[in-house]
Amino acid sequence: MQHVVIIGNGISGITAARHIRKLSDCKITVISGETDYFFSRTALMYVYMGHLKFEHTKPYEDWFWEKNRIELKRAWVKTIDFEEKKLYFRIPNEDDKEAKIGGSISYDKLILALGSTPNKFGWKGQNLRGVQGLYSYQDLESLQEITPKINHAVIVGGGLIGVELAEMLHSKGIKVTFLVRESSFWNAIMPSEESNLIAKHIAENHIKLQFSSELEEIIGDENNQVKAIKTKSGEIIDCQFVGLTVGVSPNINFLKLPQGNMIGREKPAFILGVGGLKLNRGILVNEYLETNLPDIYAIGDCVEHENPPKDRKNLEQIWYTGRIMGETVARTICGKPTKYQPGMFFNSAKFFDIEYQTYGQVPNILSEDFKTFYWEHSSGKICVRINYEANRKAVTGVNTFGIRMRHEVWDEWISTKKTIEYVLENLPKANFDPEFFKQYEAEIMEKYNQETGSNLKLKSKKGIFSKIF
Amino acid sequence: MIQKLGLIIFIAAFGLFVGTLGMNDYVLTNKILEKNVKADQLVDAQKQFASMFNKNYSSLFAFAYDLTSGTNTLNNTYDAQQAWDKKYFEDTILAIVKDSANGYLVENKEIMFLLTFGLAILGAFLLIIPEVRKLAGIKNNGIYFNPAMNRKWLGVLIGTFLILFYVALYFKPQYIANWIMIVDPVSRLINGGEASRWFMYGFLYTISVLIMGIRFIIKYRHSKYQVIRTLSIMFFQTCIAFILPEIMSNLNLPSADLKNMWPLDYSFFFNYRLDKLIAGGTFGIFLLVWGIVLFVVGVPVMVYFFGKRWYCSWVCGCGGLAETLGDPFRQLSDKSLKAWKIERYLIHGVLAFAIIMTIGVLYTYFTGNYNLLGFIPTESLKSTYGFLIGSIFSGVVGTGFYPLMGNRVWCRFGCPLAAYLGIIQRFKSKFRITTNGGQCISCGNCSTHCEMGIDVRAYAQKGQDIVRSSCVGCGVCSAVCPRGVLNLENAATGTRIMIAPDILLGNEMLK
Ligand SMILES: Cc1cc2nc3c(=O)[nH]c(=O)nc-3n(C[C@H](O)[C@H](O)[C@H](O)COP(=O)(O)OP(=O)(O)OC[C@H]3O[C@@H](n4cnc5c(N)ncnc54)[C@H](O)[C@@H]3O)c2cc1C
Ligand code: SF4
Ligand code: SF4
Repeated sequence: MQHVVIIGNGISGITAARHIRKLSDCKITVISGETDYFFSRTALMYVYMGHLKFEHTKPYEDWFWEKNRIELKRAWVKTIDFEEKKLYFRIPNEDDKEAKIGGSISYDKLILALGSTPNKFGWKGQNLRGVQGLYSYQDLESLQEITPKINHAVIVGGGLIGVELAEMLHSKGIKVTFLVRESSFWNAIMPSEESNLIAKHIAENHIKLQFSSELEEIIGDENNQVKAIKTKSGEIIDCQFVGLTVGVSPNINFLKLPQGNMIGREKPAFILGVGGLKLNRGILVNEYLETNLPDIYAIGDCVEHENPPKDRKNLEQIWYTGRIMGETVARTICGKPTKYQPGMFFNSAKFFDIEYQTYGQVPNILSEDFKTFYWEHSSGKICVRINYEANRKAVTGVNTFGIRMRHEVWDEWISTKKTIEYVLENLPKANFDPEFFKQYEAEIMEKYNQETGSNLKLKSKKGIFSKIF
Repeated sequence: MIQKLGLIIFIAAFGLFVGTLGMNDYVLTNKILEKNVKADQLVDAQKQFASMFNKNYSSLFAFAYDLTSGTNTLNNTYDAQQAWDKKYFEDTILAIVKDSANGYLVENKEIMFLLTFGLAILGAFLLIIPEVRKLAGIKNNGIYFNPAMNRKWLGVLIGTFLILFYVALYFKPQYIANWIMIVDPVSRLINGGEASRWFMYGFLYTISVLIMGIRFIIKYRHSKYQVIRTLSIMFFQTCIAFILPEIMSNLNLPSADLKNMWPLDYSFFFNYRLDKLIAGGTFGIFLLVWGIVLFVVGVPVMVYFFGKRWYCSWVCGCGGLAETLGDPFRQLSDKSLKAWKIERYLIHGVLAFAIIMTIGVLYTYFTGNYNLLGFIPTESLKSTYGFLIGSIFSGVVGTGFYPLMGNRVWCRFGCPLAAYLGIIQRFKSKFRITTNGGQCISCGNCSTHCEMGIDVRAYAQKGQDIVRSSCVGCGVCSAVCPRGVLNLENAATGTRIMIAPDILLGNEMLK
């Protein structure tokens, strides 16, 4: 019987384990040093805010694993001997800082599902007490511990996790200042209207947004506890907490050889890590999620795709891509080699009270071949943007704030290249808001008609009946 | 600030309300006995209670206790003599206590009403209304840090209070006679008479639904579904369940809660009620037919089109209390597979019990025979059901356990009507909760806040529609989902996705 070992019990590793179990009878072991059981990282904020308890973030009950013959092991993998096909452990919570080796395990096939780790860019003071990112269960614990001591918090880096952290601290009545390097919020991803809409809503929640301001250093007191930060422009802001949310990177440090080789853009496209494993920013994999070493696969956040699928980036650290990679690699391992094909891009998030969804491609800056149509409600909290090809008018992507849209319908419209007119006429079909919610399709249509001088009329109704034509 | 004041006022009013049980003096006189007991009981009663005559009690508890022991002794003798029709029931004892009371409360019911109910309502509003200052949206911050909403000391305290309240209400109302007296002014206003214990309960129930309904509406004001649904619940409780029956009885018509139906209304086919309806002329017959049509035709048709939610979270009184007063406790329902198993056995067991009991009762009604199939004693079937299910399960456990097991304990584990509605919803209904492609991030908000203990996430994360007999369609899972994954919808029955797709939308690998 083959022994498949998976390092990482996040969404990617666990999905792989579940699907391998469905497809085969191999022995499966999942290893993680973070927690005993799989939990949903995306819900850490809700635990902190008291919407849920940690146990609610576990998508499967604890008996599930034994019943499905998935062995769980709580340990940190210290190193891997790819030739001997063996892993060596470091047991967590060991007092011994030397991290002595605590046993080993052999594998026939190994899946690396290591996740990410929050970026730290070598700032002075980045290791002070009260400075942290938000990624792991341990991050949540340490944040909970210092919360009572925080009056003022500074968050560095305006992305999704930064907003979540701001909302979390705000829920405890803590004053929050948000340092954003760019001139508007998340504008590396968002077109300016959406970016402004989010910024307005964040400000409405009494979070102080400070644009075009960059962290210079973090200043500590005599107890190594953060007491202030200094920005590049020399401003000093007193604070008891600094949240570093400047993105995440693949968690592959233990696979790198100790030569201190930082990888920059000018360096070669890859370096060789432990045992000759090809790494760049992440673990390099081909379409089948295979690494350059036999029987070693990598999935989830820690992966860098050598040849990413069309319209996909080579690093995509999001929940469902991890899930899909887990499903895909399970097939490959169980004798049915399958390519990673995540299909059309989609994602969603929530900024305080405003929900956001996106389908297809909505870049922050549009090339000349595309046009865009944008509608915003007078409340300033609801908007829809639809991008389409300039010549054929086929829709290519949508951003929606404050209106839920049906994934299935947009997937269909974009992949079958429906025109912007068709989409607007049938927009109610994509509406996924609960019953009785106010609908805005007529208003949206009106704006399009005005802008383009057309005279389109709504052709369908909201509801599941008209889901597919 | 205002909210703190509100809390203080509320606690003070509540404290006073509890304290009223210590008010008044109680003196039993021969006259009071003569007024309240039947002629054939009087001699025995006078003998039994001679020692209490004209004795001044300053404690309600001591007085009610002595009175109750006396009636227990009498009841024991009557049992021995098989003179069951002479036995004392709670309501007689309660009436004697009320007549024996005198003092500040008796003379100043209006003032006491204002100081207890009035101030409590004021306090509650001061506590609830300022919430509108927060931005509209899901605001569940801190519920798991709150000692009331997390099975901590305050939750246990509230649960204990509710349980004691229900035990007293159903079985020993004489011990809470003062609470019943306090609402006399309201009762007089509405029906001209003194308050019965059921009037007091109905009044308390209705204002709980109204006040906590307003709280719910404010909390979910960004969701029109929640607002309309809650207004509906408040309307049905206030007008149809509380006021209308009072009006009917004022008009000397047989009174009924028009939205309540068998088998929840388990005594619908009891002989005394059937007799009353039949004696009630055309209107009585109308009520009888209405009651039967509701559950024979109304339920299947409405559940087919809208799911059981049309009743459970839009109309029903038990559901109404759960959705309003019980909302702070919704997250406490057990989501485990084990709980689901227990739920299915229990609720269908109760439904079977209700059906057999009702068949027995009707059999006796039509044949005069007290033994169904020759060996099932229908009378004890009836009284066992009334005691175990009607009082203990639906009241004491159903509401008393809100802070311990969530707000739908009764609806989920015990209600025979919910079982019946659920069977139709599961097998023949257009209703389902649709999941939105691959957007679920398995965060668990939906499951946690599902009052029926449905593990919604288990379905959502694999792209399966939620089709569960227990789902009451409250829509809160959809409201709390941060990724817009869930939607309550009605469409052709065949389009419900009952088996999870092999791969979710967004994954283009070959099937
Ligand atoms: C706060 C937060 C909010 C997020 N919200 C969203 C969202 O809304 N939508 C979205 O799409 N994505 C979101 N994400 C991103 C998403 O959670 C990740 O993309 C996803 O969890 C990655 O899953 P994974 O399985 O690749 O890795 P992980 O979940 O990180 O799992 C990797 C596991 O491997 C363990 N591990 C690593 N190295 C070792 C070792 N040497 N030995 C033992 N164990 C090891 C780690 O401790 C970890 O437990 C969010 C992330 C965070 C932190
Ligand atoms: S609340 Fe929404 S995103 Fe979270 S688990 Fe439920 S369906 Fe998924
Ligand atoms: S599944 Fe959703 S709608 Fe149904 S009872 Fe649970 S929370 Fe309410």
